[in-house]
Amino acid sequence: MTEVAPPPAPPPSGFLTWLRRLPSAVGISGRALVIAAPAAWLTLFFIVPLAVVFGISLATKQFGQPPYSNLMTTENGTVQLTLHLSNYIRVFTDPSGIYINAFLSSIRIAAISTVVAILIGYPMAYAIARAPDKWRNVLLMLVILPFWTSFLLRVYALSGFLRGEGVINNTLALFGIAPLTMMQTDFAVYVGIVYSYLPFFILPLYTNLVKLDPSLLEASADLGARPIRTFFSVTLPLSMPGVVAGAMLVFIPAIGEFVIPSLLGGPGTQMIGRILWDEFFAKTNWPRAAALAITMLVIVVIPIMLMQRAQNAVVEGRR
Amino acid sequence: MGKNRWFLPLASAIGFIFLYAPIISLVIFSFNANRLVTVWSGFSLQSYADLLKDPQLLPAAWLSLQIAAVAASIALVLGTLCAVALVRFRRFRGKTVLQATVSAPLVMPDVITGLALLLLFVAMQSLIGWPAGRGILTIVIAHATFCTAYVTVVVQSRLIDMDTSIEEAAMDLGATPVRVFFDITLPIIAPALISAWLLAFTLSLDDLVIASFVSGPGSSTLPMIIFSKVRLGVSPEVNALATIIIGVVALAVVIASFIGFTSSGRTRKA
Repeated sequence: MTEVAPPPAPPPSGFLTWLRRLPSAVGISGRALVIAAPAAWLTLFFIVPLAVVFGISLATKQFGQPPYSNLMTTENGTVQLTLHLSNYIRVFTDPSGIYINAFLSSIRIAAISTVVAILIGYPMAYAIARAPDKWRNVLLMLVILPFWTSFLLRVYALSGFLRGEGVINNTLALFGIAPLTMMQTDFAVYVGIVYSYLPFFILPLYTNLVKLDPSLLEASADLGARPIRTFFSVTLPLSMPGVVAGAMLVFIPAIGEFVIPSLLGGPGTQMIGRILWDEFFAKTNWPRAAALAITMLVIVVIPIMLMQRAQNAVVEGRR
Repeated sequence: MGKNRWFLPLASAIGFIFLYAPIISLVIFSFNANRLVTVWSGFSLQSYADLLKDPQLLPAAWLSLQIAAVAASIALVLGTLCAVALVRFRRFRGKTVLQATVSAPLVMPDVITGLALLLLFVAMQSLIGWPAGRGILTIVIAHATFCTAYVTVVVQSRLIDMDTSIEEAAMDLGATPVRVFFDITLPIIAPALISAWLLAFTLSLDDLVIASFVSGPGSSTLPMIIFSKVRLGVSPEVNALATIIIGVVALAVVIASFIGFTSSGRTRKA
C-alpha cells in the first residue's frame, strides 16, 4: 500500500475512471447483471404476487382446486373477463361490521401500544444514553438480546406469565389477592405488543439521544432552566426524530400482527391480521382474504410508506 | 436530574424487569418437575427428556435451521448486489423503483406477504407447472425474498459510511470493478455481511406467518410446530426448547458483543 504515492484524482472523477478503465460494453453488461438479479427476483416474488392478489380479489369463492373462480373464461371462441367487486363491497358493508371493526381496532390497538411503548421506552433509552461507559454497553446488550431470541417464544413466555394460574397470579395469591383475568383480553394484547416491540423503540431513540450535545444541556442549565424545563424544551424536541423512528417500528408491525392477538387475545380481539388468517385458513375464502389484503395495503401500508418517505426527506434535509 | 435522581434508574429497572421476567420464569419452569401447573414442585430434567423424545420438535428445528441457512445465503447475495447497485451506481433507469421495491417488504404485514406468495405459487403451478406443490422450496423462496430487504438495508448503510478513496485508488491503479469489489470492498464490508446474514438467518428461523401460508404437507417449520403446541396451553417440551434457544442466543450475543467491543476499540485507536 505504501507505493500509492501520487494522490488520486479528486473524488468526482472516481466514477469516470471506473468507466474509462472498462471496455464500455463489458462494463454495461456487468452493471446490468448486478442490477438485474435482485430486480428480477423482487419483481417475480414481490411485485407480481401483489398483482396476483389483486386479480384474485376480483374472483369469487368456489369449491375446487384452486378455490376461486377464473377471471377469464373462453366460451364459443369469445374470451370473457368476469370481475367481481363483491368482496370489496362485503369488506366495507358486512352487516356484522366485522372487517371494518377489525381495521379500526387494529389501528386503535397499535396506536395505544405505541404510546405505552414510548412512555416506558423513553426513560430507558435516556438512562442508557446517560449511563457511565462501562454500564452503557451492558445495558445496550440487554436491550438487544431479546431482539435475537425468538419472537414467538417470547410471546409464549409472556402468556405463561399472564395466564390464570401463571406467575403473576401465583404471586398475588401469596398476598391473598384474588387472581386477575389477564389472558384472552385486549389488555394482554397491549402488554404483548409493548413487550415484543419495546427493544425496537429503544434502539433508534438511544442512537439519537447518545448523539445529543451535552453542551446544549449545560447552556440551558446555565441560563437557569430547571432539569424538567431543559428536558421539555431541549432534549425532547431534539430527540423527536428518534421517537418517531422508534414509534414507527412499534406501530407498523403491530397493525398487521397475527401471533399476539391469537395467543394472548380473546375471541373479541379482532385484529385485521387475524381476520385475514381466519378468512384464508378457516373459511378457505381466498378471494375475500385477497380483498382484505388489498384494502389493508391501500388504507394502511401505502400511507405508512408515504409517511416514512416524508420523514426520511425531513431527516435528510436537516443534514 | 437533581431531586429526580431516583426516577431514571427506577423507570429503567422496571422496564428491564418487564423485558426479562417472563423469559427468566420460563427458563426456571423448564426445570419444574410438575408438568401441568406452573407451580414449582421440585427440580427435574423431565421436560428435556420429553423434548428429546418428541417426534415433531427436533426434526422441525433441523428443517428450520436448513431453510434459514439457505434463505439467508440467497438473501445475502441478492441484498448485497442490490445495495451495491443502489449505493455505488450513480444513476440508472428504475433506481427509485428498485429502492422502493426493496424497502417495501420491511413495512409489509406478514399476512399479506404470505398470502401473496402463496397465490403466486398456486397460479404459477397451474400455468407452468412449477413449483410443483408447496414445501421446503417455496418456504426458502419466500424467506429469501423478505430477508433480501433486511440484508440490503444493513449492507447499504455500511457502503454509505465506507471510505471510497481506497476503491478509487485501486481503480486508478487499473483494477477492474469486479476485482475492486472482491479485493477491496468485500473485505471491508465483511463484518456488515456477517451481521446481515445472521439477521436474515434469525428472521427466517423466527417466521411463523409467511411459512404457514407457503408450506405444504411434511414441511412444517419449527415455529409452526411450536405455535400448534402452545396454542392449547403450556407445553413443557417447548419450555425446554425455548431455554436451550435462549441460552445459545445469549451466549452468542455476549461473545459477539465482546468481539465487537475489542474491534471497535481497535478502530478507535487506529
